[in-house]
Amino acid sequence: MGDGSDNLIEIRNLKYSRGARPIFDGLDLNIRRGEVTAIMGPSGTGKTTLLRLITRQLIPQQGTILVDGIDISTLNTSHLYQLRRRFGMLFQNGALLTDLSVFENVAFPLREHTNLSDRLIRHIVLTKLHAVGLRGAAGLMPAELSGGMARRVALARAMVMDPDILIYDEPFVGLDPISMGVIVRLVRRMNDALGITSIIVSHDVQEVATVADCSYLLSDGQVAASGSPDELSTATSVLVRQFMHGMADGPVAFHYDAPSYEEQLLGRDS
Amino acid sequence: MRQTRSVEIGTGLFVLLGMSALFFLTTQTTGGDDFEADSVFVVEARFENIGSLRERAPVTMSGVTIGRVTGVNFDPLTLEAVVEFVIDARYDQIPEDTDASILTSGILGSQYVGLQAGGSDIYLEDGSEILFTQSAIVLENLIGKFLVNAGSKDEE
Amino acid sequence: MHRTAQDIYDSFVEFARTFGAFQLFFLRLLRHSPSMLTSRFGVVVGQVYNAGALSLVIVMVCGLFVGAVLALQAYSNMSRFNAEDWTGVAAALALLKELGPVMTAILFAGRAGTALTSEIGLMKATDQLSAMEMMAVNPVRRVVVPRFLGGVIAMPLLAAVFSAVGLFGAHLVGVELFQVDVGSFWQQIQLMVEPADVREGIYKSIVFGIAASLIAVWEGYNTVPTAEGVGRATTRTVVITAITVLVFDFMITAVLI
Repeated sequence: MGDGSDNLIEIRNLKYSRGARPIFDGLDLNIRRGEVTAIMGPSGTGKTTLLRLITRQLIPQQGTILVDGIDISTLNTSHLYQLRRRFGMLFQNGALLTDLSVFENVAFPLREHTNLSDRLIRHIVLTKLHAVGLRGAAGLMPAELSGGMARRVALARAMVMDPDILIYDEPFVGLDPISMGVIVRLVRRMNDALGITSIIVSHDVQEVATVADCSYLLSDGQVAASGSPDELSTATSVLVRQFMHGMADGPVAFHYDAPSYEEQLLGRDS
Repeated sequence: MRQTRSVEIGTGLFVLLGMSALFFLTTQTTGGDDFEADSVFVVEARFENIGSLRERAPVTMSGVTIGRVTGVNFDPLTLEAVVEFVIDARYDQIPEDTDASILTSGILGSQYVGLQAGGSDIYLEDGSEILFTQSAIVLENLIGKFLVNAGSKDEE
Repeated sequence: MHRTAQDIYDSFVEFARTFGAFQLFFLRLLRHSPSMLTSRFGVVVGQVYNAGALSLVIVMVCGLFVGAVLALQAYSNMSRFNAEDWTGVAAALALLKELGPVMTAILFAGRAGTALTSEIGLMKATDQLSAMEMMAVNPVRRVVVPRFLGGVIAMPLLAAVFSAVGLFGAHLVGVELFQVDVGSFWQQIQLMVEPADVREGIYKSIVFGIAASLIAVWEGYNTVPTAEGVGRATTRTVVITAITVLVFDFMITAVLI
């Protein structure tokens, strides 16, 4: 597939700003084929924005994003939709369609894009639901699911078109430890068993460490550090250490920018 | 599957109800159509003034609707209004010297054509023209005449 | 002074932009409508149910009382001229030409329109629309168009139901309560109501159906994706629909008379 290069996604000199605030300022990043790549960073560093750029829900102001050697900013709508079929994406809270049952949610991409018979659709959907352990929940509505179950259903839905790339947006947020463990195991298993390339956006250091082959730490619109989880946790950079070990103060300051405390208390700021 | 079924039933009932309401409105509130005929013949009449007579107005005889106005035209040569109407073909023994007048139902009601039978042995047929006609009574003219008469009486 | 002029200019440009975007959105809906109607009719049927069948009760109850109060008013005025027979005519004309389409459109905005706005707004706030886009499904075509079409199909039927039930309400008051002769009540209606009057009501309800559905889905699709944003969007749906419907009503009436 492709030109045989190791990198499925290459980001070069990416610049993107929202209003006057730059979010990415010359970002370079590679995502290797067949690996689980984690993108980490403190809140507000634009991790989700990066995902939206990679899937072209947003368009960069400068720089290129190559997916399998194709510059995605040049695609027209129909080519873009073709490209998107190679992506499976898991949104933060699953983003299940609330008016459809679990079964119909997983069947949705099949019904929209194929003319398969009901029997075949049923077969595929139940297989995918079985893979995430929720075959028994096929008849439930999304409102009846717990957060972890909803995400597993969304994972089954993301898998149903057999994508090459699976993208997880904050898959571990707000889950109890058991659900978290289930998701971590599923991410790893999907990646290895199906030969998929996975991208995880997260700030849960522990979970990412157990699942990722390679991590990028973003800060100030650029890659602050990259490497395997072990390399990152032993890194000497102050910022990396603050993030990896969850220290309250450091390069990312505890205090929001404010005038001097003394001055403000004395009422001299106005 | 059961959910889709109830949605389909609900939608079906709703559309049926809506359609029948629409049908009710179009048929039951309009026309006052007590005139229906399998076959008709066309008759013409000329009036000096037809008031506000319109197409679809009823044509009656002894109070029974026997036909309907199908066209109101103006003859530029004789400067008269030409009213065309159809009469149910069952009534084929209407005397030719029948008198047509434009009448008003109630004081403010809509106008219609009233036929007053004559005594001839020859009957109206397709393409006949009614020669004896009486124009619509226009309220303003009537009041005008009344005032003029009242005025001239005072002078005497 | 300079600042105010700049502000006015800016807000005018912003208004023009919003209005233009609204028109383009409408065109997008129209472009996707035929294929949605032919290939995914089942999805549209579900939305006819949501917009129409679920609004039926409120439309019928309101229709009954509006018709009844029209007959009440008409009777008390007509009886001064000994024209009680005209009670039905007054109620029928008011219902068919004005109150049927207008009241139905406003009730629709309150019942179905707000539901459409908040549903689409919540789908946006919970990333469902983005998720569809990621599944290479166009959310305008798959989510917005069927809801728009459902409203457009439902509105004329709802307006007809409103008028028909309203006439029944007028009948109850005129004939049953005030003892107007049932024959002359209905005969006067049939004599005085022209097919053009019924057509006027149908035209209006079609236009209002397009306007009300379009505003509801537009507000939903452009909701600020937060809980507060959804609340604000539903309010805007009702207000904007009510104003638009009344302005259109005036314009259509002026053209048709």
